[in-house]
Amino acid sequence: MLTLTDLMNAPAPASGWVLAQDCEETGLDPADIRAEMARRIGEMRDSIERGLSSDAKSITGMVGWNAKGLWDAPDALNAPLIRRVQAYAMAVNEENARMGRIVAAPTAGSAGTIPGALLGVADHLGIPDERLVDPMILAAGVGKAISKRMFISGAAGGCQAEIGSSAAMAAAAVTELLGGSPRACIHAASLALMNTIGLVCDPVGGYVEVPCVSRNAFFAVHAVSAAQLALAQLESFIPPDEVVGAMAQVGRMMPAQLRETAEGGLAQTPTGLAVTACMEGRQPDEGGGMIELPMA
Amino acid sequence: MIGPVMIGPSSSHTAGACRLGLVAHHLLGEAPRTARIGLHASFAKTGRGHGTHLALVAGLLGFLPDDPRLPGAFAEAEKAGLKVEFHDVDLGDVHPNTAQIDLKGDTQSVMVIGSSTGGGIIRVGSVQGFKVDFDASQPTLLLRYVDTIGVIARVATTLAADGANIAALTCAREKRGGDALLAIELDQPLSEPALNFVRAWAGMAWTRMLPKLMDG
Ligand code: SF4
Repeated sequence: MLTLTDLMNAPAPASGWVLAQDCEETGLDPADIRAEMARRIGEMRDSIERGLSSDAKSITGMVGWNAKGLWDAPDALNAPLIRRVQAYAMAVNEENARMGRIVAAPTAGSAGTIPGALLGVADHLGIPDERLVDPMILAAGVGKAISKRMFISGAAGGCQAEIGSSAAMAAAAVTELLGGSPRACIHAASLALMNTIGLVCDPVGGYVEVPCVSRNAFFAVHAVSAAQLALAQLESFIPPDEVVGAMAQVGRMMPAQLRETAEGGLAQTPTGLAVTACMEGRQPDEGGGMIELPMA
Repeated sequence: MIGPVMIGPSSSHTAGACRLGLVAHHLLGEAPRTARIGLHASFAKTGRGHGTHLALVAGLLGFLPDDPRLPGAFAEAEKAGLKVEFHDVDLGDVHPNTAQIDLKGDTQSVMVIGSSTGGGIIRVGSVQGFKVDFDASQPTLLLRYVDTIGVIARVATTLAADGANIAALTCAREKRGGDALLAIELDQPLSEPALNFVRAWAGMAWTRMLPKLMDG
């Protein structure tokens, strides 16, 4: 069974070890696995480009213009890396919310985190896409190791399972891209994960839009932060696999209302309920007429 | 874990749901005419927002999760002459994202219960009322037959002769000598001649070769 400890103790680069395991399991040629991953990176790129240039509204009208809005706005903080990472992440998730074509990583709701962090950092530093293939293979390996311990879905483990996993995968990938050792990569993943524990899944109306789109922007940056710490040799005090165990435990303790059922949290705010009523074609409980979506 | 490439917005509610529809599509083996789809727990509660209904119908029509026609699946169903009806069901202690699909064509009908467990991955838990457990990540051979001694051995011999390696096998039967359902996950699909050979056996009521539905 693949664990984060296995990955951490693997010979460098950690992605090489994941690739070898994959070949053994599937009987596929390493060149084919790499080519398929390159194709998926291409799909990610396409979805980023579409997302950055479109402000078409999503199914509900709650999102759709955020990525382009940020991308076109002046860089107020003079922090181009952060802006790029956030815009890329939201571009993918807004495409997702428009029923556009994306690459689940590991899920569709969390699809922006990895491209945001990895492609964002690469573009910031001028690194070509060919060099992203191996880090992306490591990301997949980290996701696989986490999924052995828990279901990766908001319904099963809350948002920590989805976004937490994607941030951990992204953190490991960015760390490898920037020359981190297997140990550093997995500690980056662990740091990202331990700082996501407890995050609930409370999408407004049950739509993967609010908070999901902005959440991908935040956790793409979160992944980059984790990589930054790990590349400076800082480590997760709790061993990586124990962190995964802790997250799985918290997922089991989480009430069903906070696991994608839209029965708690943001989904149950007055505005959240009004959106739900509006989308179901009902009148909201208070006030007359169809509501104007507050953010539209 | 990086993938599938899919139409949004949710891997478990959209991509996984589409694959559950695809299972029913392939097991029916002819043009679908009517579908009754029961949605359990989270599928029922938040399905609409995630495009679950569209994705299930897209799957029933044979569309893959990255098919650009997915968002227009209801119109496509109408064009194809497929009538769909949704209802809420309580399937008990199963994964929150579970659906029960009753699909009928002109001559065939199939009943499938399956869950979408995250990341587009599915687990099929019941076929034609028999308990099964497979994820369609491998080609899966399904056989329904009257339970007699030696059937499994004969099937295994046929598979071996055809060069199809068995990855996993589950067998469920109603009662001794009653109907049984065998689900065999294979490393590669069974050839058409071998499938026809098995089909012709006495007591063999229903045979289907479900293709691999996951792309990793
Ligand atoms: S809040 Fe729920 S639906 Fe949204 S990204 Fe998180 S897990 Fe996915």
